[in-house]
Amino acid sequence: MSGAGGSPYAPHTPDETAEMLAAVDADSVEDLFDIPESVRFDGEYGLDARTEQETRREVGDLLAANDDLTEFLGRGHYDHYVPSLVDTISQRSEFITSYTQYQPEVTQGFLQVLFEYQSLLVELTGLEIANCSMYDAATALAEAVLLAKRVRQADGTRVLLPENTREERVGVVENYVAGNDLTVETYPTESGTVDLDALRETADDDTLFVYAENPSTDGVIEENLQQIGSLADDHDALFCLGSDPVALSLLQRPADVGADVVVGDAAALGMPTSYGMGLGLFACREDFLRQVPGRLVGASEDSAGKRAYTLTLQTREQHIRRERATSNICTNQAWVALRAAIHAAQLGPQGLVDLAERMVELPRDLASDLDDVRGVRAPVNDGHHFREFVAHTDQPASAVAADLETEGFAVHAVGDHELQICVTDANEPEIPELVAAFEEVA
Amino acid sequence: MERYDQARFSQEDDAEYEPLLSEKSTQEVEVESSLPDELTRNSIELPDLSEPELARHYVRLSQQNYGVDTGPYPLGSCTMKYNPKFTEDLAARPSAAVHPDRSEESVQGTLGLLHGLQEQLAKIGGMDAVTLQPPAGAAGEFAGILLAKAYHESQDEGEQRDEIVIPDSAHGTNFASAALGGYDVVELPSAEDGRVDLDALDAAVGENTAALMLTNPNTLGLFERDIEEIADIVHDAGGLLYYDGANLNALLGRARPGDMGFDIMHFNVHKTFATPHGGGGPGAGPVGVTEDLAAFLPNPQVRETDDGFEFFEPDSSIGKVHGFYGNWLVLVKAYAYIARLGDDGLSDASAKAVLNANYLAEQVEYDVPFEPFHHEFVASAGDQDAADVAKRMLDYAVHPPTTKWPEIVSEALMTEPTEVESKRTLDQLAAAFNAVAGEDDDALADAPERTTARRIDQTQAARNPRLSWHALDN
Repeated sequence: MSGAGGSPYAPHTPDETAEMLAAVDADSVEDLFDIPESVRFDGEYGLDARTEQETRREVGDLLAANDDLTEFLGRGHYDHYVPSLVDTISQRSEFITSYTQYQPEVTQGFLQVLFEYQSLLVELTGLEIANCSMYDAATALAEAVLLAKRVRQADGTRVLLPENTREERVGVVENYVAGNDLTVETYPTESGTVDLDALRETADDDTLFVYAENPSTDGVIEENLQQIGSLADDHDALFCLGSDPVALSLLQRPADVGADVVVGDAAALGMPTSYGMGLGLFACREDFLRQVPGRLVGASEDSAGKRAYTLTLQTREQHIRRERATSNICTNQAWVALRAAIHAAQLGPQGLVDLAERMVELPRDLASDLDDVRGVRAPVNDGHHFREFVAHTDQPASAVAADLETEGFAVHAVGDHELQICVTDANEPEIPELVAAFEEVA
Repeated sequence: MERYDQARFSQEDDAEYEPLLSEKSTQEVEVESSLPDELTRNSIELPDLSEPELARHYVRLSQQNYGVDTGPYPLGSCTMKYNPKFTEDLAARPSAAVHPDRSEESVQGTLGLLHGLQEQLAKIGGMDAVTLQPPAGAAGEFAGILLAKAYHESQDEGEQRDEIVIPDSAHGTNFASAALGGYDVVELPSAEDGRVDLDALDAAVGENTAALMLTNPNTLGLFERDIEEIADIVHDAGGLLYYDGANLNALLGRARPGDMGFDIMHFNVHKTFATPHGGGGPGAGPVGVTEDLAAFLPNPQVRETDDGFEFFEPDSSIGKVHGFYGNWLVLVKAYAYIARLGDDGLSDASAKAVLNANYLAEQVEYDVPFEPFHHEFVASAGDQDAADVAKRMLDYAVHPPTTKWPEIVSEALMTEPTEVESKRTLDQLAAAFNAVAGEDDDALADAPERTTARRIDQTQAARNPRLSWHALDN
């Protein structure tokens, strides 16, 4: 540990500092700063230093001010049980303290994990290309719109999103298209899924991009994906599907329904709830290879003829192409992708399918249980559900949600008399208590 | 001499690459479900290994990866400093694992921490308000561009001001972020001394200028001594001044962007505030602004009231730049790091970072054409190819610097040792530089020889893209 008051992570002893200063012919470290007096700062931010023990206690106490609620929350951010293998491996220093793989000869390990992550997404989507991450589902969707703008031959200005898309995602897309002449519109949904007639009505040859989600934000499994894909194709628009790796393990393969791009939050695997920190899933058809945003890992050979991995097609990226890059993204979510890849590997193909099937059964059973509670009707929407469903409450939903919070449970209030409830393997053990709480408050 | 030996430096002649998971064991599973057949996929084919096998697979791969905890990592403009371990513990607390749709009342700890970090960063940047939403530096730049656009629109000059001025030595993300915002980029040539050319700047800015994006110290490590005049020129023309925070590690405790006249800035918390780079991310790119721009910040912001902490939407908010609230777990680590160091620790971090760069440059035989530099210096490999120099340095068991950039220095070796390296380690780094400096082109062209993978064929990777194990089968 260095002298009192300094950085605890700077290893210099006073003697070494003196030696180094002598070597550079300076009397003091301050002599090395070429900052005009007029913009000098006195160094007093007013921030106190702490020992590690004190910092841990204080920040730990601050976090502990969060109420310990059992969350039945979803709507785009999901919690599945994360095996300990994920934490142990992802915390290995060689992985977490490494930089982007610009020297691939000494970062083969991370590159291979990212290559395996891309391969996982290729298998799940049926599309040929997956990048090694965008920031989150919202920015991945926005980047998909910009991809569409680059690859579509004819002009097109309309971006069509289902009206039950999270408004934050719509907002991000609106900001990302601000530099282009595109308009973002929402189209009607019916019982939680795409209103096909309404979409048919609104889509035209000026439509650039059609987005749908499976499952939808309301938790309903989309039954008309093929028709949505055909409709987009009829107008030469890109069909973008939003999903996640768990749902993709069971539901229709995007490639089989004509999806050109798949986006979503892949942190459904590998991460506990983390206040919305995500992993932007981005996969697309091979035709768009040269227009893909973000980093790609490819296989090659080294000079000894052995297989090796490297970041590739970097001429698409900002550090080379600058203002003509396919995206401004540099730092991405690589470590989150590593965690998702390990989680998927730990589950294996049967484990993934079984987990996904459980996500069909759990909401079905819980909705049925809640439907038996006086004052509750569930599910509100027809169709099959995945992880979550909307329930009607006779009392105002906000009051029921607040009362449930008092009982130790968090659910979404999504309408005047509508709650949304998300159930996964993570909160499954608390289902009986949740139902009992509903009987108390509903 | 210390060696940072890992598996990558113990290659034997008959060593094989670690097989892909898919090459070890794969299973195709027929999908059976309670759902109607037409709603499900038919099958899925993925690796199928036991947990012990997986543990060995990933540990083996980790041993083929170089991190800050493996050895020195002097990548210029990347600030690869040590990542304190206690911050990982805090980020992994169950109390930090909350869903973004929780009621504000039930996540007072989270809101309190976010508010605390907003305040810390405002002080460090000399800014009046800070958003934590951008999930990376480039995302922060883009948010800053949107803020500048919103500001000019509020002055009825949105359409007129359609240009962003950027020095030729700037980070590539600056150009890409400006273009993403729909702006034309005006590139500013550097003066002979490597800094902003005031005459060129004067000529470049005008009634069409939305903003000047500037890194200070710049990518050569030079402080823009004329920063106040630069600010006047830009402001007199009606433009805004944007600070790229990539090099903030040079200035802690000694100068603040807000005091220099910057209106908007981003922080790279994965650089300055020691959160791990994670092999490429996640980072976080909070953005600070002056009072005049606070009303445009993304939605929501956190404020403190008599009853605790709450979200609010700024009056003229640009809206969302991330689907939720940014990279929360990264923000936890940054907050804890700043709390740990305080004024003295932060100030000392910059002092030692600048001392280290100066000391290392003094020991290195390569020419360093521009000075006085601060936390990083750019040496020139001269007649040698900088990329080859980097590959050869790997053989000396250290990570090389950033190469071939900024282009203002020919065959650039952009070197940032950060404050965490000891004199002994810097001496080792210098020895590696100097050993390579004395070698001929053949030795360089054959490098690296001692790494897990030898020189990798980039041309083949790009000409015949194989981006998944499915593609390897073909």
